Amino acid sequence: MKKFEYAQPKSIDEVFQYLEDPDSVIKSGGIDLLDLMKEDLIAPKRLVNIRSINQLSFVRENEDGTISIGPNVTLSELADNEIITKYFPALREAARLIATPQIRNAATIGGNLCQRSRCWYFRSIDFDCSRKGGSHCYALFGENKYHAVLGAKSGCAIVQPSGTAVALMSLNAVLVISNGKNEKQLDLNEFYVEPAQDITKETILENNELIVEIIIPKEMRNYKNRYIKLKEKQSYDWPLADVAVALKMNGIKCEEANVILGSAAPIPWKSKEAEFELKGNRITKELARKAGEASMEEAFPLAENKYKIRLFKIVVYRAICEAIGINPYT
Amino acid sequence: MPKNVELYVGLNDNLEKITSFIPDNEPKPWDGKDNLKYIGNRVPRIDGHLKTTGKAKYSFDIQLAGMLYGRILRSPYPSAIVKKIDYSKAAKYPGVKAIVLMSDDLPMQVRYAGQEILGIAADTINHANEAVKLIEIEYEKLEFVVDVDKARRPFSHVVHDSSVQRVTTEGDTEEEDEDYVKQTGNIRGPIIETKPEDISENDIDSLLDKCDIVHRATYKTQVQTHCALETHGVVAHWLDNDKLKVWASTQGTFSVREELAEYFNLPESNIQVITEFMGGGFGAKFGSGVYGVMAARLARKTNLPVRLMLDRKEEHLCVGNRPNSVQNYSIGTNKDGTLKAVKLIAYGTAGVGTGAGAGGPARGIYRPEMVYTSESDIFINAGPGAAFRAPGHPQGTFGFEQAIDETAYRVGIDPLEFRLINTTFDEVRQYELKRGAKKIGWNKRAKKANSDAGPIKRGLGVANSLWYYWYGRGHIVTIYILKDGSVQLLNGAQDIGGGITTILAMVVAEELCLKVEDINVKFGDTNLGQGPASGGSVTTASLTPAARKAAYAAKMKMFDIAAPLLNTEARNLSLSDGKIFITDEPNNSLTWNQVASKIEGSQITATGERIKDSRINGVRWWISGVQFADVSVDVETGDVKINKIVAVHDCGRPMDRLTLESQVHGGVIQGISYALYEDRILDRNTGIMVNPNLEQYKIAGSLDIPEIDCEIVDFNQSQNASGAVGIGEPATIPTSAAIANAIYNAIGVRVRELPMTPDRILNALYDRAGS
Repeated sequence: MKKFEYAQPKSIDEVFQYLEDPDSVIKSGGIDLLDLMKEDLIAPKRLVNIRSINQLSFVRENEDGTISIGPNVTLSELADNEIITKYFPALREAARLIATPQIRNAATIGGNLCQRSRCWYFRSIDFDCSRKGGSHCYALFGENKYHAVLGAKSGCAIVQPSGTAVALMSLNAVLVISNGKNEKQLDLNEFYVEPAQDITKETILENNELIVEIIIPKEMRNYKNRYIKLKEKQSYDWPLADVAVALKMNGIKCEEANVILGSAAPIPWKSKEAEFELKGNRITKELARKAGEASMEEAFPLAENKYKIRLFKIVVYRAICEAIGINPYT
Repeated sequence: MPKNVELYVGLNDNLEKITSFIPDNEPKPWDGKDNLKYIGNRVPRIDGHLKTTGKAKYSFDIQLAGMLYGRILRSPYPSAIVKKIDYSKAAKYPGVKAIVLMSDDLPMQVRYAGQEILGIAADTINHANEAVKLIEIEYEKLEFVVDVDKARRPFSHVVHDSSVQRVTTEGDTEEEDEDYVKQTGNIRGPIIETKPEDISENDIDSLLDKCDIVHRATYKTQVQTHCALETHGVVAHWLDNDKLKVWASTQGTFSVREELAEYFNLPESNIQVITEFMGGGFGAKFGSGVYGVMAARLARKTNLPVRLMLDRKEEHLCVGNRPNSVQNYSIGTNKDGTLKAVKLIAYGTAGVGTGAGAGGPARGIYRPEMVYTSESDIFINAGPGAAFRAPGHPQGTFGFEQAIDETAYRVGIDPLEFRLINTTFDEVRQYELKRGAKKIGWNKRAKKANSDAGPIKRGLGVANSLWYYWYGRGHIVTIYILKDGSVQLLNGAQDIGGGITTILAMVVAEELCLKVEDINVKFGDTNLGQGPASGGSVTTASLTPAARKAAYAAKMKMFDIAAPLLNTEARNLSLSDGKIFITDEPNNSLTWNQVASKIEGSQITATGERIKDSRINGVRWWISGVQFADVSVDVETGDVKINKIVAVHDCGRPMDRLTLESQVHGGVIQGISYALYEDRILDRNTGIMVNPNLEQYKIAGSLDIPEIDCEIVDFNQSQNASGAVGIGEPATIPTSAAIANAIYNAIGVRVRELPMTPDRILNALYDRAGS
C-alpha cells in the first residue's frame, strides 16, 4: 500500500473543501476502501474521514412522514433501529445479513450503497479487465459462477453486491447528494450505472460528491416489504441471489409492486416483468410463482451460472409469499 | 533384562489379560485397569491463557533489532520463460538492502503462477512491497494447461519435459515402492496396488463379472488449500558467519534445520530452529521452504536478521494444497451384501508436484476378496500439492464411502447394516458404528431416500474412516528435577496446535504424582533434543512413551536419594501426592521437596528415548473411526444445512479428552468446509487463480458449524508406556462422505462432486445427467 494522507475534517463544509482535490477520497467505515487499497486497485493521495462527523449519522422520522437515514449510520445501527424494524423489515433484514458482526459494526449505509463490485477479475491486479480500462471482460467466457444473469450483454458481467441497495430500491428510496454548493435529489433507481453507459463506474456519484441523506417516502410504510438472501455460507458470504419486494396491498389485491433483484445484474435490477404480473392482481401462491418465472424471462445466463435463474425464481416467489404472510414452503 | 508384565487390554471394559515383555528401564504400560488421575480426563491447555490473551509469541511476532522484511517476487504467469530481470530501480528504492535471484542463470522457466523469481529485503514491509513493483521482467509467455482432464490428452501442453521424482515430506503417508514410475506427457503413473498382491486387472474384472451386483460410478473432489491462520515464514538471524538461528512457523523444527544445513553446507549443530507457538500447518509446513532459504540468503547478504512471512495470496498459490481427484469405482457384491471386489481407477493433480493418490480407503477399510487400485498423477501448471491432513484420505473416502453407500442401496440393505456386515473383523469399528447410530438416532432415519414432503428434506448418512498407527523412534524427552523440587520437561519438537505440551505435562505429572501445572515444559527448539515432525498424526504416539520413561527414570533417581535417608532400599519406595514413602510403612516418608533438596549438584537429569513398541503382536496397524451426519436440504435452492455431526473415534488410550475433542471438532469443521465450500478456482483462460483470499475461497464460518457430538473410545493395547495413538488426521477424513450420504438420504439424488454447493445440488436434482 502506498503512503497516503489522512484528513480529519470537523464539519461537512470542511469535507467538501478536501474533496475539491481530485486525489481525495471519502472514507467512512473504510471497509471497501481499504480492500481496494490493499489490493492495489486504487492508491489515493488522501483519505477524507467523515466517520467522526456526527451530523451524518441519524435515523429520523420527519414531520412530513418520510424517514431519513444519514450515510454514516452503521449497518448494525440500521438493523437495530426501531423505526426501520417497525416499517421496513426488508431493509432491516438486508442490513442484518451482510458480512460479519465486526464488519456491520464498522460499515456504513452510505459506503454499502457505493461499494464496488466483488467480481474476482475486477478485484485482482492480475486481470486488466474492461472495468479497469482493459480490453475485455474475463468473466463472460471465464469463471462466472457468481456473475450476472441479466444485463451482462453490454460487456461486463459484474453483479452489484449491495443488499441494502436492493431493499432501499424496493422502498423507492431517494438520495440527497451534495457537492457542497448544490444539493440534488435522485431516485436510487437512477444512482447505478449500467456498463453500456460507462463501464468504469458503478454509480453516478462524482469524486467531489457525498450522499448526505437517504429518504424513504411516507407511503412506503404501507407497503408490505420483505428481503431474502441466499448465500453458499451463512457466515461472511456474498449473496448468490437476493430479492426485495414491496407490495401495496388492498386486501388480497396488489395495487403497487416493487420487485428488485440483487446479485443478478451489474445494477440492482428492477424486475418490471415480475411487477407487471403482480400489479392489479390478487396474490396467490400461483401468481407469486408466475412472478418468479417472469423475473427471469429476460435472463441470459453464462456457462457456469444457469442455476442462478432457478434461485431467483424461487426467491422472488418466497419473498412475495412472506411479504403478505403466506407460507411458501407448503 | 526384560521384565514380564501382566496387562489388561481391549475395548472399553471388554478386557483380556495378556503378558508382555518390557525393557527393565520402563514402567509397566498403562492398561485397561489403570484408573489415572490426569490421563484420560479433561485437562485445559497449559498455554491456553497465553494464546487467548495474545501473550503467546508466534514466529510472525518475532521482532529483532535491525530486522529487515523480506518479500518474494513471483511469476504472474502459469508458464513462461524469464528472459531478463532489471531490478536497478528497485535497488535504489528507499530502504532496500538486498536483492537475491532464485537463479543467476537466465533464461529461467516458470511452471506455475506464483513461482519464485527473486527475493528482496528492505527496512519496512511497505518499502519491500513497493520496491518489488519496480522490478522489470521480460517474460516470454508459453502455452499452459490448468485443467486436469485437458492435461491428460496426448496433444496437451507438457508441463515437465523431464521425468519428475516424487518428493515426500514427513506428512506424506504412502511410500512409492517403484524406483521408476512411467511418465508419459503429463501423466505420471499409474501406480498399481492390489490385494492379494500381484493380481492383474483381468483378475479383478473377472471377479466383478461374477458378482451379483456391480456398482460403477465416478466421483470428483476439488483442490483444497491449507489456509492455516499463521502463514508460512521465518525470521532468519545469522549469529556468526556460520551460525544460524531461525524462528520458523513449521510443523518440523528438525526438518527445517536439516534442509538449511544442507543448503548452506553447515553442520546441523550450527543451526538452531525455534517454534515456540505455531499457527497451524495441516501438512504444508515441513522443511525450510523456498521462503526460508530466501530469508536466510537475504539475512546473510545484509548481515541483518530478516523476517519473511508469506501473504494470504502466496499461501493459496505456492506452498501446498490437497490435490484434486477423479475416482472411478467398480464395487462388486453378492446379494447377501458380502463385499467381493473393489476396483479403483483414479487420477488427480498436485499441480507441478506429485502425490494425488486417493486409494488408501479403498484398500484398507474393508477386506473383500480382491482390491485393485490404479492411481496416476497428472501435471498441470499450478502450485505443487503438499501433504494435507490425512493425504489422500478425505478425497478417497468421499468417493469410496459414497460408492459403498450406493452399493448398499442397490443391494437393498441399510447402509449401516452393510458396513457392519463387512467389517466384522474390526471390533472397534463395529462398536463405533453402533454407538454413533444410537447417538444420531439412526432408527428414526427414513429408509427410503427423499421421503419428506415439502421443499426442505432431511437425511442421515454415515461414513467410515481409516488411518494408521504410526510413530517415530529415537526421540528424546529430558526431565530435570531441580533442587527446589521443580520439574522441567524438554523436547525440541513443535506444538502444531494439538496441545502436545499439555499432554506431556500430564504424562509426567501422572508418573511423578505432581500437579500438571508443576511441570514446566520447554518445547519447540532444536537445542532441546530430538522430536518428531507433526505429520502422520505421530506426535503424541512418538513423545508420550518417551516422556513417561524419562519421568520414570527421574523417579528412580529420586528414590535412590531417598532410600538411605529412610534407611531402606529404593525398590521398597513408593510415590504419592508430593511424598516419597516406604511402600509397607506409608507413615515413613519424606516430602518431594525434602528429597529434592538432597540432590547432588543442581539437578537430576533423566532422559527417555522413544524406541520400538514393546508389544507388537496383536496390536492394530490401523485406527478406525466413524462419522454420522444429519442434514436438511432445500431442494428448491440447493441449500444444505448440517444439523448435527456425530463423530466416534478411537486413538488407543486417550490422553487428554479436552484437547482430543478439540482436534475432532477441528477435523469435523475442516471436513464440513471441504464438503460444502472450499475450492481453488483457476481461470481457464489465463491459468491464474481467481480466489486467492479468504473471501472468495470460502471456509466454514461460525454460523456454518453445527452441533458436533464427539466420543472418544477407550482402546487399550498397552503397546508401550503410554499406549497413545494420534487423532489429528482421522478426525477430518469421513466428514464429507457422511454429509454426501446424508444428502442422498434426504433428496434421493447423488452429488458425486465436491464441494457440494447449491449449483451442484440443483444440477444433480434437475439435470439428471449427474445422477
